[in-house]
Amino acid sequence: MTPLNGCLLISALLFSIGLGGALTRRSAILVLIGIELMLNAANLNFIAFWRYGPHPEAMTGVLFVIFSIAIAAAEAAVGLALIVSIYRHAKTTDLSRLDSMKG
Amino acid sequence: MAWIVQYLWLIPVLPAAAAALIAFAKRSQRRLAATLAIGSLGVSLALALIAFVHALAHPAMEYVNFQWLQFGSEWIKFGWMLDPLTAVMLVMVTFVGLLIFIFSVGYMNHDENFTRFFCFLSLFAGAMLGVVIANNLLLLFMCWEVVGLTSYLLIGFWFHKPEAAAAAKKAFIVTRIGDLGLFLGMMWLYHLSGTLLFYDNGLGCLEHSAVAALATRAAALGLTAASGIGLLVFCGAAGKSGQVPLHVWLPDAMEGPTPVSALIHAATMVAAGVFLIARMYPLIAATPNGGVSAALEVIAWVGAITALFAACIAVAQNDIKRILAYSTVSQLGYMMLGLAVGGVAVGMFHLITHAFFKALLFLGAGSIIHGCSEEQNIRYMGGLRKLMPVTFATYAIAMLALCGFPLFAGFWSKDEILNSAHLWSVASAPFYMGAAGAFLTAFYMTRQVCYVFFGQRRPAPHSAAKPVHESPAVMTWPLIILSIFAALLGFVGTPAWPWFQAFVEGHALTFSLGAFAENGTVPLMVVSTIIVIVGIGIGWWLYGREPIAHSDEPDALERLQPAIFRALGQRLYVDELYNLTILAFAHLCARVFDWTDRWVWNGAVHLVAIGTKTVARFDSLLDAHAINAGFDTGCESFSVSGRLLSRLQNGRSQNYLRVLGVALVVLVLLLFWGRKG
Amino acid sequence: MSVPFLILAAITIAAAVAAMTLRKLVHCALALAVCLVGLAGLYLDLGAEFVGLAQVLVYVGAVVILIVFAILLTRSDEHQSHGSSRILSGVAVSACVFGVLAWAVVTSGTKESPNAMLPQGAMKQIGVALMQRYVLPLEIVGLLLTAALIGAVVIAMEEKQNTK
Repeated sequence: MTPLNGCLLISALLFSIGLGGALTRRSAILVLIGIELMLNAANLNFIAFWRYGPHPEAMTGVLFVIFSIAIAAAEAAVGLALIVSIYRHAKTTDLSRLDSMKG
Repeated sequence: MAWIVQYLWLIPVLPAAAAALIAFAKRSQRRLAATLAIGSLGVSLALALIAFVHALAHPAMEYVNFQWLQFGSEWIKFGWMLDPLTAVMLVMVTFVGLLIFIFSVGYMNHDENFTRFFCFLSLFAGAMLGVVIANNLLLLFMCWEVVGLTSYLLIGFWFHKPEAAAAAKKAFIVTRIGDLGLFLGMMWLYHLSGTLLFYDNGLGCLEHSAVAALATRAAALGLTAASGIGLLVFCGAAGKSGQVPLHVWLPDAMEGPTPVSALIHAATMVAAGVFLIARMYPLIAATPNGGVSAALEVIAWVGAITALFAACIAVAQNDIKRILAYSTVSQLGYMMLGLAVGGVAVGMFHLITHAFFKALLFLGAGSIIHGCSEEQNIRYMGGLRKLMPVTFATYAIAMLALCGFPLFAGFWSKDEILNSAHLWSVASAPFYMGAAGAFLTAFYMTRQVCYVFFGQRRPAPHSAAKPVHESPAVMTWPLIILSIFAALLGFVGTPAWPWFQAFVEGHALTFSLGAFAENGTVPLMVVSTIIVIVGIGIGWWLYGREPIAHSDEPDALERLQPAIFRALGQRLYVDELYNLTILAFAHLCARVFDWTDRWVWNGAVHLVAIGTKTVARFDSLLDAHAINAGFDTGCESFSVSGRLLSRLQNGRSQNYLRVLGVALVVLVLLLFWGRKG
Repeated sequence: MSVPFLILAAITIAAAVAAMTLRKLVHCALALAVCLVGLAGLYLDLGAEFVGLAQVLVYVGAVVILIVFAILLTRSDEHQSHGSSRILSGVAVSACVFGVLAWAVVTSGTKESPNAMLPQGAMKQIGVALMQRYVLPLEIVGLLLTAALIGAVVIAMEEKQNTK
C-alpha cells in the first residue's frame, strides 16, 4: 500500500459516499452536498497524483485543483439559486415530487 | 397464244369491276349504274364473240395457268381455258344477259333500288362468267359460291317482304346442302390426284392419266373413285340445278324480280350445274373398261325423275311464274338426262336452246305482270292476246319452242335427248319418263297460254280494273330478239347438220340428210311430234275451247280429278315433308344447343364467377383479420414498448443518477477487462 | 501513510458519512464543513499549502455558508421519510462504484512513488504559472465567476410585479 494508493482509496471512498448520498436522499440540497463531496474527492485525487507523480515542480495538479475549486464555487452558487427558485415555485425541495419532466 | 386467250380473264372481270363501281354510286345515279352494267357486259359480249370466232378456228383447247397460293413447296395454280364448250357458254351467257339487262332498265324503272339491282346483276354476270372459264375446280367453286351469293341477294331483293327473305334463305341453304357434296368431292379429288387444275399439260385432273388412275381405283359401295367423285360433284350440281330432292328452292325463288328469274333461274345460274357436269364429264363418265359409269346412271335416273315430277306439279299451278319455275326444273331434268345418256353435246344443246326460250318466257311473263300492274295469278288474267300483241306473239313462239313443236329450237334439242334415251343401253324407263314429261310440258304450257291470253279479261275482284297496256319498247325489243333465236337456234344442231355437236365434241362436220335415216331418228321425231300435238290438243280441249268466264270457276282439271289436282297444286307436299323431318330435327338440335349453352357453358362461367367471388371474399377476410390485425398488433407493440420505455423518463433526477452510476461501473469494467485481455 | 494522514482521513470520512446520513439538514451542512476542513488538512499534509488554505477559504467559508442559507430559505428540514428500496438500490450502486474504483486502484501496478522533493517557493511558482502559462484559463474562470454571480442573482430573484 503505497501512499498514493492510500490517497486514491480515500478519494474513492469519499466519491462513493457522495454518490450514495446523492442517489439516496430526497432533498435537493443534500444531493448538492453529495455532489460537492464528489468534486472534493476528485480534487484529492489530483493532489495525490501531483504529490506522488513525476514532475511535481510543474505544479500542474495544484493549478488544476485551484481552478476546480473556483468552478465548484460557481456551480454551488448557481445550483443553490436554482433550488431556491424551484422552492419558490413548487413549495418543496423533495426530489421525488419534482417529476414534471417525466416522459 | 392468241391475245384473246391471254385476255380471256377480262370477260368476267369487267362486269365484276362494274359491280364494284356501282356499289359506290349513289342511289340516284341510275343512269350511271345502268350504263356501267350494260356497257361492261356489252364489252364482255364482244370479247366473247371474238373468243367464239377464235374457238371456231382453233377448236383445240387452250388454257393459261398461273400460280396463286403457295404452301410449303407446293403451289395452288389457277387458270382459265378456252374450248368450244367454254366459247358457246360465254356467248350464251353474255348475250342473254345483255338482253335481260336492257329489259331490266324498263322493268325496274319504278323501283327505287334500281342502282342496287344493277350492282348485283353485274356481280352475278361476272361470277357466272368466272364459272364458265375456270380451269381449276377450286376457282370454279369460288365463283360458284359468288353466284349463289348473288342469287340470294337478288331473290331477296325486296327483302321487306317476308316471303322474299324466306325464299332467299331457303335457296341459299338448299344449295348449300348440295355444295357440301361438291366440296367433299373436290377434297377427295385433290387428295387422290394432287391437283385441282382441269388441264395442265397432261397433269390436270381431267386429263387422261389422272382420269385413268381414278377410274381404275375402287372406292366404297362398289363404285370407282371417279364415279364417287362424280356423284359428290353431282350433289352440288343437283342443288344448283334444282334436281329432285333439292328442287324446293327454285319455285320459291320466283319471289325475286322477273328479270332475276329470267337470268338466274332460267338461263344461266341453274344451268351452271349442268355446265359443271359437262365440264367434269371426262371424269364422271370414266369407266375402267367401257360401259356406262355408275355416276352417269344415277344422273340419268335423277334427271328423268325430275323431269316427270316437276312437269306433274306444273299442271296444277296458278302463278304464272311458278308454272315457269316448275317448267325450268323439269327442263333441267331433261338436260341432266341428256348429259347422262347422250354426252356433253346433247345436254349442252338443250341447255343453250332452253336458255333462250326460257328467258323469253320469263321476260314475257315479266311484260305481262308489268302490263297487268303486278298481277301474277293466271286466273285473274285473260284475253291479253288483243291487248298485248307483241308479248303474245313472242310468248307463243317461246311456248312452242319449249313444248318441242317441230322445227322450233326446243324440238331439235329435246329430240336429241329422247333419241339418246331411247338408245340408252342401261334402261329404257328414262325414255318413257321423258316422253311423258314432254306430253305434260305441252299440256301445261297450253293451259297457261289459254288462261293468260285467251278468253275474257278476268280482273281480280280486289283490284280495280286498271287498263292493260303493252310494255314499252325497251322491254319488247329484247323479247323480239330472243324469239328469233328461240325459233331458229335449233337449226345449228339438227341431225342432218350437227354443227353444234361437232363443234363441242370436236368431230368432223358433215352435212348429210341421210343422217335422218339412221338409228330410228325419223320415227322418233314423228313420235315426239305426235306427243306434242296430243298434249296441245288436250290442253286446248280442256282450256281453250271453253275458257273459264269467271275467276271463281274451278279449273277444268279440278272438275275432273279434284284430289289429284289438289295434291299437285300443293306441290306433292315435298316442302311439308322437309318441314316435318329436316327442319324439325334442326329445331331439336337448336334447342339442345340452347340448353347446353344456357346450363353447361353458362353454368361453367357462373362457377368461375362464384369461385372468383369466394376467393375475393376470403382475401378480404384475410386482409381484414390477418394482415390488418398483424399490422395493428405490430403498431400496438410499438406504442406499448414506447410507453414502457417512457417510464424510464420519470422525471426523477436521482433515478437518472443511478443509471449513470451503473453505466460508469460497466464502462470501467469493460475498459479494464479489455485492457487486461 | 503517516499517522496524521490517517487521523485526518478518518475525520474526513466520518464527517462525510455523517453529512450524508443525518436527519436534519443543518447538521448535514455542518458535517460537510467538518469534512471539508479535514480535506484541507489532507492537502496540507500532502504539501499543497495554497490549495488547502484556498479550500478552507472558498469551500468552508463560502460554499457551506451558501448551503446553510439555502437550507434556511427553503425550510425543507421537515420529515425526510426514506423509502427502503430506494436506499438499497442507491447504496448498492455506490458500493459497486467504490468496488470498481478500489479494484482499479489496487490492481493497477503503480510505480514506486518517488519521494520527490517538494519545490521551494511553491507560492511564487503558482503565481508565475497563473500569469504565464495558465493566464487564459484564469481569465475564463473570472468570466465564469462573473456569469455565475449574475446568473445566480437572476435566478434567485423574486419575480417583479412590474411596480415601481
